[in-house]
Amino acid sequence: MPKVVFTRQLERFMAAPTVEVEGATLGEALGAVFAANPALRGYVLDDQGALRRHVAVFVNGRPAADRKGLSDPVGADEEIYVFQALSGG
Amino acid sequence: MSDRLYVGTRKGLFEIARKRRAWDVADVHFIGDPVTAVLARGDAVLAALDLGHFGAKLWRKDGNGPWREVAVPAFPPKPEDAGDDPHPWTLGKVWNITPGGADGRLWAGTMPGGLFRSDDGGDTWSLVESLWRMPERLKWFGVAGGEQPGISTVLVDPRDSAKIRVGVSCAGVWATTDAGASWRNINKGMYNEYMPPEQRGDPITQDIHQLAHCAARPEVMWCQHHSAIYRSEDTGENWRELKAARPSGFGFAVAAHPSDPKTAWFVPATKDERRIPVDGKVVVSRTRDGGKSFEVLSRGLPQRHAYDLTHRHALAIDDSGERLAFGSTSGGFWTSEDAGEQWAALDARLPPVSVVRYGVA
Repeated sequence: MPKVVFTRQLERFMAAPTVEVEGATLGEALGAVFAANPALRGYVLDDQGALRRHVAVFVNGRPAADRKGLSDPVGADEEIYVFQALSGG
Repeated sequence: MSDRLYVGTRKGLFEIARKRRAWDVADVHFIGDPVTAVLARGDAVLAALDLGHFGAKLWRKDGNGPWREVAVPAFPPKPEDAGDDPHPWTLGKVWNITPGGADGRLWAGTMPGGLFRSDDGGDTWSLVESLWRMPERLKWFGVAGGEQPGISTVLVDPRDSAKIRVGVSCAGVWATTDAGASWRNINKGMYNEYMPPEQRGDPITQDIHQLAHCAARPEVMWCQHHSAIYRSEDTGENWRELKAARPSGFGFAVAAHPSDPKTAWFVPATKDERRIPVDGKVVVSRTRDGGKSFEVLSRGLPQRHAYDLTHRHALAIDDSGERLAFGSTSGGFWTSEDAGEQWAALDARLPPVSVVRYGVA
């Protein structure tokens, strides 16, 4: 199953442990995480379900291509990394 | 009188309390996180955060209990036929939270211009679709700290909570008399000098930095507009420019006296390309005659090389009309106990101040 790893920055707000979930696309995998941890959804996705502008997601080492539809395919043994894009000061 | 202030800054929420005739920081919440709006009523405090990476959030604290995250206003799915909407259907930030009157309702003004309503004390929110889906909203445009329009003020008539005036930057003043079921653009008489000439008098282009009304006489309203200070005596339908404003008519914040309809305070700045106090001196201006004349109040405020700017939600007045407080983008913070005659600086260097609110019992 794909593994989803979240930035430890999120731990200031809620538990966001690394989890293994079912899912063939980025959207399916994240959806499975949020089903178990609904409060996390709004930290990663915006109101329209797209990745937040300053959240970066890598699938198997590459930036997610479809930041709105989350259709990037995810292999069974691949990893999804969710972290913050650097901004601000 | 209120003995407690809540000061939202770019890096935390500061609770400032009055003890032994002086104000001091009593507690710090959300240190490091931008706080964009706060409301303290009874023993409940609501605080809106704008987490740079993770979006806008809303937290609530009841009495001595812990902070808990509550639902934040969210936009519905953007429909297919909304493709020409120039603004995102995603919450940018909560800009103000306003009590809705005796019914316990709350209103939240946001960027990109959505007005939200809560009927359960802020635990859940719903978009006021009548305002958001108005065709005229597509003409709103953003200037206030970004590319999105923002609802800068929500004023609820204390006599009838179904009557609401909403100030938008940029889009003028919008009125409802049926608790938000229908809206119309009011604000005749304003002039936005930075617009193309043929649009300068158009009510919908007016840059409403902040509105305030006299609680005892809510038909009397004040507006700190981008181009000038205005006053209305008919609940915002018609406005008159107060040309006597000094040292300038530019600024962001306004506070109205709760019972005297002729008295209001402003924090002026050099307009508008140089957003600093006039001559590097921090002052508050006050009118006590309905805008015919203005006094410049400076006792206790820095008068030499001071470059503090006060944003639109960063000036507050308490229910007595005697206590005022304001904060600046340089982290300056001052309080007055006598309607602005004398000011005292807080012994702290705060982060840039975005919002100042008194706690109300």
